[in-house]
Amino acid sequence: MMELLEFARGPALTFAIAVFIGGVVFRIVSLFMLWRTRDSTANRAHEKPVVIAALREIIRRMWPESVYKQRTLFTAINGYVFHIGLALIVFFLLPHILFFQDLLGLYWPHLPNNVIYAVSIITGVSLIAALIMRIANPAQRIISTFDDYFSWLVTFLPVITGIVATSHLGARYETLLGLHILSVALLLVWLPFGKLMHWFLAFVPRSQTGAPMSHRGAQL
Amino acid sequence: MSDKNSVPDKKPDPAQTLGERLAERGVSRRSFLKFASYTASIMALPPTAATAIAQGLANARRQSVIWLSFQECTGCTESITRAHTPSIEDLIFDFISLDYHHTLQNASGHAAEAARETAMKENAGEYIVVVDGSVPLKDDGIYSTIAGISNLQMLEETVRDAFAVIAVGSCATFGGIPGANPNPTGAVPISEIITDKPVINISGCPPIPEAMTGTVAYLLSFGAIPELDHLGRPRAFFGEAIHDRCYRRPFYERGMFAKSFDDAGARQGWCLYEVGCKGPVTYNACATLKWNGGVSFPIQSGHGCLGCSEPGFWDLGGFYKPLSTAKNDPLKWAAGAAAVGAAVGAASAMAARNLRKKSLKAAAAAAPKAAAEEKE
Repeated sequence: MMELLEFARGPALTFAIAVFIGGVVFRIVSLFMLWRTRDSTANRAHEKPVVIAALREIIRRMWPESVYKQRTLFTAINGYVFHIGLALIVFFLLPHILFFQDLLGLYWPHLPNNVIYAVSIITGVSLIAALIMRIANPAQRIISTFDDYFSWLVTFLPVITGIVATSHLGARYETLLGLHILSVALLLVWLPFGKLMHWFLAFVPRSQTGAPMSHRGAQL
Repeated sequence: MSDKNSVPDKKPDPAQTLGERLAERGVSRRSFLKFASYTASIMALPPTAATAIAQGLANARRQSVIWLSFQECTGCTESITRAHTPSIEDLIFDFISLDYHHTLQNASGHAAEAARETAMKENAGEYIVVVDGSVPLKDDGIYSTIAGISNLQMLEETVRDAFAVIAVGSCATFGGIPGANPNPTGAVPISEIITDKPVINISGCPPIPEAMTGTVAYLLSFGAIPELDHLGRPRAFFGEAIHDRCYRRPFYERGMFAKSFDDAGARQGWCLYEVGCKGPVTYNACATLKWNGGVSFPIQSGHGCLGCSEPGFWDLGGFYKPLSTAKNDPLKWAAGAAAVGAAVGAASAMAARNLRKKSLKAAAAAAPKAAAEEKE
């Protein structure tokens, strides 16, 4: 269906990009303009510079503490698998690079389509594993909200529609490509307003924890 | 295969069958059967259909065809008349009684229109109408008239007693260039006007000659319409995407792409996706039947597919823009959206600050009171 592809490449994408940009700016401005209480306590003897303290906390939280390792190792590794997978798919498939080039004027080397295809399968399986873990673990299930499931869905849809489109499965290519672009549009529209905003904010709370902790003498 | 020019031309007898006509022109039975097998093969019909086509064509009587040309460039006629060698396709084309065709007929003016009217009267219910060009509907169709008759009127009048309608070329099938944005004449394809009988769409700018002659051969052989896709095109010619049959396809999978026309990669057969090829979303037989007698096709000659057999191919966002890019300008609302986002974000933060101030004030006011109460 060429009309679907035309709609996806045209108005849907234009609208989604506008909501994405507007939403992200809104979230960042509204967060960084909030009142921050000045910490007037005296510097500690071994306090690290703010940037170093923030970076240390960012890095420290990239791997589970030894006490939690046994319980969270799979989640951590699985998290890396689909995050790296998603990054490879988004930034190293040539059609995607051409999209960014058209949008931003930047161009960089790509990976063979077959490699990205394999990465997509691994990423898809990894995302499904993440969902199963969430549902299977009672504690995680209880704290999960609509945001968690919907954010998972809008992440998973572009991956699966991309795989299906590349494989020409089930429908004509233009229909599958249209659905793929629409799924990306849905992701962009939802991103600023749900937990996927961690695209931009993942390291902010870590820094915000690390720097004051160091100032107050905590040995992290 | 014999040369049609080797036999002196004479006007076919209306009672003569195609088999007799071909025999008269020196086409052997063997050559004819080869043609029937070829037609069955390119239309993806089962092997038994070759015999049926041979029998059907051999017994076919001279078919009256009225060819209407509306908002078009005559490229479709150029395509069908430029067969690579004198072939049976040519002979079929010669064999049909082309009773009305602006470019090819001798008659002009009133005589030409009279030929059309006579053909319609004498062959009512049996003639085939071939249309190339779109029909303008805006302002009562004044943008294209023939002999003072609007295209719409001529089409409706001619099609009324037709046996079949074939729209050839992208203008007749999907609106083509005249129908491209902003479509100043209100051009529409034939299928939007003729809704009471099936319209066979043979799209392309121009269509592949074999797609046209093959469809006519099928109509003559079976007296029926071939299997069509959702856009009314014969599945035999439009069933597969060019990308799926392209000899450059393996390079797409390997991620080897030509960066510009005629660069080293392009010459080595690398994929033309990056320079805007629309092969993945274009359904046509270019990569299999090719052009000029199977010599080449646009992608083989180094140019990406324009998608000319698909609806609205002029407005797909640019011939040289890769398929994965956004159409038009996807950032046209971006600056406005960022400004709105920043304003709403700032307002939201200010509201939160005010709320905080108010809460602190209220707490401060309540504190002495609470302390006093505690003392008591």
